[in-house]
Amino acid sequence: MIIAERKPLNEIMNMVQDAKRILVLGCRGCVTVCSAGGEREVEILASLIRLGKQKAGQEVSTIEATLVRQCDKEYIDSIDQWDGQYDAIVSMACGVGVNFIANLRPMVKVYPGVNTSSFGGSAEQGVWSEQCAGCGNCILHLTGGLCPVARCAKSLMNGPCGGSVDGRCEIHKEVPCIWQAIHDKLVRIDKADQLAAIAPIRDWSTAGHGGPRKTMRNDLTV
Amino acid sequence: MSFTPNIQAFCCHYTSQQTLAEGPQGLLADGFPKSVTIHRLVCTGKLEVSTLLKAFEDGADGVYVAGCPADKCHNLMGSQRAAKRVGAIKKALAELGVEPERIEMYHLERGFHPDFVKAAQEMDERITTLGPSPFQGGTK
Repeated sequence: MIIAERKPLNEIMNMVQDAKRILVLGCRGCVTVCSAGGEREVEILASLIRLGKQKAGQEVSTIEATLVRQCDKEYIDSIDQWDGQYDAIVSMACGVGVNFIANLRPMVKVYPGVNTSSFGGSAEQGVWSEQCAGCGNCILHLTGGLCPVARCAKSLMNGPCGGSVDGRCEIHKEVPCIWQAIHDKLVRIDKADQLAAIAPIRDWSTAGHGGPRKTMRNDLTV
Repeated sequence: MSFTPNIQAFCCHYTSQQTLAEGPQGLLADGFPKSVTIHRLVCTGKLEVSTLLKAFEDGADGVYVAGCPADKCHNLMGSQRAAKRVGAIKKALAELGVEPERIEMYHLERGFHPDFVKAAQEMDERITTLGPSPFQGGTK
């Protein structure tokens, strides 16, 4: 899922300083699962915005709503039901949702309520860890299913580096060295010979370095 | 100018059970401050962050939660969860430039215990010193 967390409140309060009517808009997708922008977080942020405005002696009213997703036009269309009832939207979806609203409703002021950080999973309750960098050229079949692009501090293709000590990363001591984990995994599944292959210089153009990426499925387009 | 604080207390069934059995007059006789309004819950672990924030929106000058001792919660981790939610609100209050001390978590023994009254007295004194809530009411 896409991992996000609520922005610092002072940032959000600055964004909405001129707005008197605010639509706080959550998303039932990834940000609900990672407890950043679902129904519950919408309720909390709306309350905090009201309190912040009360402290500043400013009038405010809030509308709280949560869409099924904010990354599909069909769901974005449903915000039209609040037309004329808000001055600005604080979207608690990932950055995709904010972009979609901005793309599809050019006259609407939309602000991000969360910082979108990574693609990851739940490591334990309340903890999420990055697992995938969305680089567009997956090599997990060569690395025992463990991603060095996302999980190696240096995104090495031929690791480990010389700094790995006792299976820990030299950059972040609390993080396991993913190349050590890749080595151990490949040995366990009898694929250690894959480690002898030298990975070629990587083409990063699929990772966004060549500009915004677009995926098209001709069998689905109409 | 005299100031009588509005303090909302959210207490679990077990920490408030016998103390409340005395009734309001009994509590007052024990020294329980009039400024504190008690809301009884089955477990503080059930408390939502939004419920505590709403208390501030509704005009509370201070809010506190009284739950079981952290390692002896009747529902195992309920009071620990509540403490974390109180911690989250302390952080949010600080971000809004408001004294985090306006909300507090107390872990109290179950049953009749003078600490139940003491916690209320402590909050009454603290909030009286801090003064009225900086949140101005009436803008929903």
